[in-house]
Amino acid sequence: MLQLIDRRPNGRGKSAVNRERFLRRYKAQIQGAVKKMIGDRRLADMEQGGEVRVPRKDIAEPSFGFGRGGDREFVLPGNREYVAGDRIPRPDGSANARGAGNEGGSGDSEDAFVFSLSREEFMQIFFDDLELPNLARTSFGRTELRKSVRAGFAKSGVPANLAVVRTLKQSLARRLALGGGLKREMQELDAAFALAVATGSAGEAATIREELARLERRLGVLPFIDEPDLRYRNRVLRPEPIARAAMFCLMDVSASMDEEKKDLAKRFFTLLYLFLTRKYTEVELVFIRHTDDAEEVDEKRFFHDIRSGGTVVLSALELADKIRAERYASGWNVYAAQASDGDAFGADPARSARFLRERLLPATRYYTYLELAAPSMQERASTLWAEYERVADATTNFAMRRASEREQIYPVFRGLFRKETQ
Amino acid sequence: MTAISHGADWDFALLERYDDAIAEIAGEYGLDTYPNQIEVITSEQMLDAYASSGLPIGYPHWSYGKEFIRNEQAYRRGMQGLAYEIVINSDPCIAYLMEENTMATQALVIAHASYGHNSFFKGNHLFRQWTSADAILDYLVFARRYVMQCEERHGSAAVEEVLDACHALMPHGVDRYRRPAAPTLKVEAARLAEREAHRERHFNDLWRTLPENATEPTRASAGGFPAEPQENILYFVEKYSPKLEPWERELVRIVRKLAQYFYPQAQTKVMNEGWATFWHYTIINRLQQKGLVDDGFMLEFLKNHTNVVAQPSFESQAYSGLNPYALGFALFSDLKRICENPDAEDREWFPNLAGSDWRVTLDFAMRNFKDESFIAQYMSPRLMREFHLFAVADHTSEDELLVDSIHDERGYRRVRKLLAQQHAQEIRVPDVQVVRFDRDGDRSLTLRHLRRRGRPLTEATAEVVAHLRRLWGFAVRLETWENDVRYGDVVECPA
Repeated sequence: MLQLIDRRPNGRGKSAVNRERFLRRYKAQIQGAVKKMIGDRRLADMEQGGEVRVPRKDIAEPSFGFGRGGDREFVLPGNREYVAGDRIPRPDGSANARGAGNEGGSGDSEDAFVFSLSREEFMQIFFDDLELPNLARTSFGRTELRKSVRAGFAKSGVPANLAVVRTLKQSLARRLALGGGLKREMQELDAAFALAVATGSAGEAATIREELARLERRLGVLPFIDEPDLRYRNRVLRPEPIARAAMFCLMDVSASMDEEKKDLAKRFFTLLYLFLTRKYTEVELVFIRHTDDAEEVDEKRFFHDIRSGGTVVLSALELADKIRAERYASGWNVYAAQASDGDAFGADPARSARFLRERLLPATRYYTYLELAAPSMQERASTLWAEYERVADATTNFAMRRASEREQIYPVFRGLFRKETQ
Repeated sequence: MTAISHGADWDFALLERYDDAIAEIAGEYGLDTYPNQIEVITSEQMLDAYASSGLPIGYPHWSYGKEFIRNEQAYRRGMQGLAYEIVINSDPCIAYLMEENTMATQALVIAHASYGHNSFFKGNHLFRQWTSADAILDYLVFARRYVMQCEERHGSAAVEEVLDACHALMPHGVDRYRRPAAPTLKVEAARLAEREAHRERHFNDLWRTLPENATEPTRASAGGFPAEPQENILYFVEKYSPKLEPWERELVRIVRKLAQYFYPQAQTKVMNEGWATFWHYTIINRLQQKGLVDDGFMLEFLKNHTNVVAQPSFESQAYSGLNPYALGFALFSDLKRICENPDAEDREWFPNLAGSDWRVTLDFAMRNFKDESFIAQYMSPRLMREFHLFAVADHTSEDELLVDSIHDERGYRRVRKLLAQQHAQEIRVPDVQVVRFDRDGDRSLTLRHLRRRGRPLTEATAEVVAHLRRLWGFAVRLETWENDVRYGDVVECPA
């Protein structure tokens, strides 16, 4: 009568398709939530999945229902002191929903629907928004490391690499190939011998027997394993991309860089960081801020500390080059991103550009310069911009853009890296 | 007899032995059930099952994904435990057991779901009338396949739009009364002949001489359609929508069928859970009497059982409405007590029940009632006192809430009536009906909300009307009436 079925091996994930549909339907809201999350996160945490909040009313499924108002009675359990005719002050707002018996259970007053996105989903949405789907997949840069990988079998090699199974396969094939003809001949002779015996021609039978014995000897001397059978496992060295990257963030923190511009810079650095983490297994961050002299700081101070002073871009470039030579001289892919409002004076722009071209650029994989301009100043290029422009014309791993508003950051980022995707 | 097992671990052989023992006891008490099918699943699979209202197969829709995410999130954060079981009203009756349960819990669940719920599904008149247990699984398979085919042919966006609209109207997609079967040709001919004969028999030439009535019949009474208001909006849409494609009509039908399948469950929550709880309690206690379970088993069982039937008071943080398990269990247990040990009060309130055979009485109650009528019929004053039930009136004209009546001599009947009403369908689902389909004009559809005691609809109303407009294809408007007076604005979604 009873049927017992073990459904555990059936696997879960029946709801995966529905979950995905939900995410697709509310893509806009989820993207909005993800964008907001990015604003609050630390750079290095950026890549984790996370909890997304979507306003509950946006995803509600409507149906005819009773609103507030009108006359009704409801029955509650747990009376202690009330008698008929007592008056109870009306509880306000959300608490009121609790009163109504069955309705109480569903009277959820939370206003946000919260759920977790996995890391993949998070990144998917993030890069969706960027419209950079192919960027992360393109090959990027040259390599120095080599890795030994398997590459089939070779006829020569050291005994340690002997591939026994493969060798035996060869020997079997050789024996079949060489012995097949002999065996066929022997079969024919067998038949002829039987015929000779039957017809009584004794002399012929004797020659056939001799011939048979000869063939058998020949078959006997086929070696089981011969020199040409031997096979060895083969390995070749294949160039391997370096899985480590160092990312230099250079930012001008002089008085003219206000919070607004710093926020733009942060967004830009974030994108670059995310991009690199999708490409490399290990990414190290170096933060260098500069006014008239440069210093290396941690992330928090980099974005939030207030300093003031003049601007000497060269100091930051020199410090970056020094750190690179000390810590990331070999085995690292070095990327650098510089953000500044371009206010540099005197000989500094020209000297910086020269230092960049001669010292820094040859050692970095890619260098990006982002000039943060006030919206009103957008048309006028700075002196630093003018100098850098010449560097950009002369080199291939240098790119520069201007941005003045938040919305421009994504397109600018895309523009900077378009070169690489082609 | 010795205990069937010791300790918390379970295996399939033990499940079978417990089931045998439970089946024997259920037989002693005369429980009539569908054959049982028990499926062991993991907690993740339980979450999957949650998302599809417990059904093993469902068509794909984002709202199930939302439900899944909500449950998963609540479960992960520990805000919500998972049910020990889910049981499906089908023949054979499928019950899911979670693998994490202990042996005692599994036995409890088998008694609860595979014998309690199962016999309720088979016996209660609402389930008998409105669901066909042997066909539901096949229908679900069909529905899923059909929806997916539609998605392939017409695109998932188009399908989703129709399903969204249907889901919004799902509570208004059930028949509450059986539709008369369409008369066969023979019956129809006989009826016409009979009518003709009747007319001939009562023919009187004198009527011809009466003067004609001067007033023209109004258009509504002459050709209004439908002749009677229709409360099953989805049915009306399916049959009469001027614009729906055939496949869209079929989708409407699928959602309507599902709504109908769940309709008895919503109306018998208290009874169904109460019945199952009463039986797991009775059966497990009988197992103990027979010496088939040990003390550890009983302690765990009692702990689970007490959790299930806990009823927090209305002021407590844990309160979330009346617990149907607690209320239902109390009602059935109390009914048994009235049959076995009635006191003077019971004799006065339930003269026919006091002293009757409790098995017959309970069986009758289980078969012939729904929550509303069950409470109205069987709630005893003693139970109201035990639950400390009291009724609160919330009237717009008053600044404060008024305690309407409490569990005392004057209030018993009133509290019981209100509690019964609270479990009635009309309290949960507003009364919205189709009153007019302008077939000869602009093809617009008019709905009427019959407001009761001034209770308005929510703001979501306009959205629902917009959904209906999508299905209907022409203008849809919703009027609100109470006592033949129209209130408020007409919610309208133009063509």
